[in-house]
Amino acid sequence: MIANRLRRIYDEDEAAITVVDRDDRHVYQPGLLFVPFGLAQVEDIVRPRHRQLRKGVEFRETEVERVVLDETTVELEDGTKLPYDVLIVATGVVLQPEETEGMTGPGWREKVFTFYDVPGAEQLARALEDFDGGRVVVNLVDMPIKCPVAPLEFAFLTDAYFSERGLRGDVELTYVTPLDGAFTKPIASERLARLLAEKDVELVTEFAVGEVDGGGGRLVSWDEREVPFDLLVTVPLHGGAAYVGRSEGLGDDLGFVPTDLHTLQSVANPNVFAIGDAANLPISKAGSVTHFEAEVLTENVRRFLAGKELDASYDGHANCFIETGFGKALLIDFNYETEPLPGRFPGPVGPLPLLRESRLNHLGKLMFQWLYWHALLPGRDIPGISAEMRMGGKERQPEPA
Amino acid sequence: MTATAYEPALSAIERDPEGFLVDPAQWNREVAVEIARENGIDEFTPAHWQVVEFMRNRYLETGAAPSIRSLGKESGVPIKELYKLFPKGPAKLAAKIGGIPKPRGCI
Repeated sequence: MIANRLRRIYDEDEAAITVVDRDDRHVYQPGLLFVPFGLAQVEDIVRPRHRQLRKGVEFRETEVERVVLDETTVELEDGTKLPYDVLIVATGVVLQPEETEGMTGPGWREKVFTFYDVPGAEQLARALEDFDGGRVVVNLVDMPIKCPVAPLEFAFLTDAYFSERGLRGDVELTYVTPLDGAFTKPIASERLARLLAEKDVELVTEFAVGEVDGGGGRLVSWDEREVPFDLLVTVPLHGGAAYVGRSEGLGDDLGFVPTDLHTLQSVANPNVFAIGDAANLPISKAGSVTHFEAEVLTENVRRFLAGKELDASYDGHANCFIETGFGKALLIDFNYETEPLPGRFPGPVGPLPLLRESRLNHLGKLMFQWLYWHALLPGRDIPGISAEMRMGGKERQPEPA
Repeated sequence: MTATAYEPALSAIERDPEGFLVDPAQWNREVAVEIARENGIDEFTPAHWQVVEFMRNRYLETGAAPSIRSLGKESGVPIKELYKLFPKGPAKLAAKIGGIPKPRGCI
């Protein structure tokens, strides 16, 4: 995304742009949610990375060993050193199921699954097909996670999936979260909790998973509470890329890059920037965030190289569709300061209801996949949707007393 | 408890709506014990101090509070024990008692 944006503003004789990635498979990650329910196929959501890059961007498929900030060099796995004038860390996150006791032990990928990677989503599709009744538990181990609404969507879609198979009465569905409510922000949390209740999904809060007992079918918290399961769908701990941890001074203790909230420049070094899930920003790790960040970040790389003052206008804007099953979805739109509010989101396809289930939002979610490949990754702005969050259409809430 | 000009009482210290100190420099050990009591920790043991001091020192050195994961690995107190000492959210509660901002994990 950033490489493509930068390539458009610099001629090839002005700047050399290299993308280093460990593989050549780019996954449309929002699609992983649909794979377990047979609503998407893996081949539809994975494309070669190099094909997404503009002409004139070099692609190197290899692991990064580490970054040496003092030498402004990236060391690759084979020992090659790539010097840089500007480094952009866009590594996303790494799943760490092995960090939770017992998670990868007995029952892993048999009755304990995650849909956060391609093999997991495919295995879960088979497991759900074979499941004909019992206790299904949807859980996230700890924040931060990618797309914090995805496990909720999974619970909603599981409800719809078993209803459509005529088995909903035989399935006990429980949502187990370390948060003190269904979601992080109060208004959305309250509405989503209500939706869980309407769909007969039990909500267990403040449950910090200490152990997964796959053999015994128990999820155990650090304060020794237990939730039994026949099928566990969990979102494992997330961390930053391993090489960030190996690069002295680059990451925090989870391997995320400490980053300025508004300029996206790293705290460590002025010529290092971070975008998307790799940054430690207090905002959802979501594709829309990365898209909104891209505009500011591209401009700031240009300003940095020209010796100008950086643009500090990134406001933490995020939005996401929340799939709720039966062909409907919610939409939320928020930033650092403003929590998701009800109202309407003005857009090129007509106003979309905020924080309310609608068919239109579901269509929006489906359309987003096309926009992802054809607008977001090529690094184009989407007409009518600005990087800055707008208050227009939102219902302002009374100030808390 | 006596308060001096250098050791303000909890009532004189500005806190955010969730009870975190707005200015970490106003913290002192008496205030810590008082915040702990507010949150249901009546007996403040050396183990509590070990965790709170680790949290606070890490924050003052690096500008960020450690996550529960690094707390468990590096404070010398295992995570299970942390949940007994600081029920529900050890990192959050220890940060509050240590007078430092809420850890950033939660968004």
